[in-house]
Amino acid sequence: MAEMDTSSGGGHKKGPGVKKGKKLSTRIDLTPMVDLGFLLITFFMYTTTMSKPKTMEINMPFKDENMKQDDQSKVKESTAMTILLSKDHRVYYYEGIGSDPNVPPNLQVTTFKPNEGIRDAIIAKKKKVEELKQQGALGAKDQTTILIKPDENSTYEDFVNIIDEMAINDIRVYAIVDISPVDKEFIQVTEQANAGAAQ
Amino acid sequence: MPKLKMPRKSTSVDMTAMCDVAFLLLTFFMLATKFKPDEPVTVVTPNSISEIPLPDADIMMITVDPNGRIFFSVDNKNVRAALIDDIDQYKNLGLTPQEKTSFALGSSIGVPFNQIKSYLSSEPAQQKEFDKTAAGIPTDTTVNSELNELAAWIRSARNNNPKLRITIKADSEAAYPHIKKVIRTLEGWKIFKFNLITGLKSLPPGTAAYEQANAGMKAQ
Repeated sequence: MAEMDTSSGGGHKKGPGVKKGKKLSTRIDLTPMVDLGFLLITFFMYTTTMSKPKTMEINMPFKDENMKQDDQSKVKESTAMTILLSKDHRVYYYEGIGSDPNVPPNLQVTTFKPNEGIRDAIIAKKKKVEELKQQGALGAKDQTTILIKPDENSTYEDFVNIIDEMAINDIRVYAIVDISPVDKEFIQVTEQANAGAAQ
Repeated sequence: MPKLKMPRKSTSVDMTAMCDVAFLLLTFFMLATKFKPDEPVTVVTPNSISEIPLPDADIMMITVDPNGRIFFSVDNKNVRAALIDDIDQYKNLGLTPQEKTSFALGSSIGVPFNQIKSYLSSEPAQQKEFDKTAAGIPTDTTVNSELNELAAWIRSARNNNPKLRITIKADSEAAYPHIKKVIRTLEGWKIFKFNLITGLKSLPPGTAAYEQANAGMKAQ
């Protein structure tokens, strides 16, 4: 197999006086080479990164300081849902945008757990908007709009999770907004109420 | 008793075939491998269902560690060399050519401008050691502020290579305000589209996105 014919060919025979060279085997022991090969394979296998990291594309709304207040798009109270992210991966949500100071929104608290978490709340809201559309209360162009307001205590993970939740539930219109002092107050009140209920 | 003579068989096996296989695999791994880029901090990214792969070239990466320290890196060596020239002029840092080469060959930068000269003049091993305690690049929510050094880096990098895609790689545990500062800075430069680096997580069944993905599969 790994041998080569090194004899000078059987065509012409040498005379009786010519010394015959000793035939050396050309077969080489390949074991060290195989060892080396596998060593390098092991090295490359360990250093290689097969799976490339995935990315998530995010589009922030276009912002311009010169934009007039009137030109900014208004969110309809009935299509909107506000989600507040807070500490310990807690999620607070309420319907509407909480713009009316006389009617404080009904804040509910949940988490990112797969069942009965924020996902179910989003799905329920979506269904509600669909129903309103069918009843004619909303135009065909209206879509469920979600306002995301992460507060100081939330982490990047919460932020990614909630944007991911938008992708999972096919929410086309969402906005990441700064949390307002009013919303912070809502969280505090709810937390106090929950702490009181737990005792 | 007559001994039963067994024919002696050689125990050496022909290694050629095995050698072939070994080197075939070796070639594959050598071609398929892409070395992990040197990272100053270990960052555990959160997971998402997004399946968009990270592009190969023209990436500007802003890394945020759990404590909110910010590191900045650009993948292309030529862009890095041009970038440090630009920053040097813009901020009057007075860097020597050696220090500039050190920047071009390094990976990410996470020191404020007033420390950058001493950082770049030190050995790579020392730089690595320093990265552990480095302050990170200072940021602010307003882009035009003199204190917002990240804004200066982004501006210079984009001037040198407008095709740069901006990615944010942040740790799961990083607090949101740190991320907000980065996003505000990007928005200040009128960059509204960027990528977040995430791991992959499976689609939860029964959701809208899951239905869509499966509908697509059926159609094909």
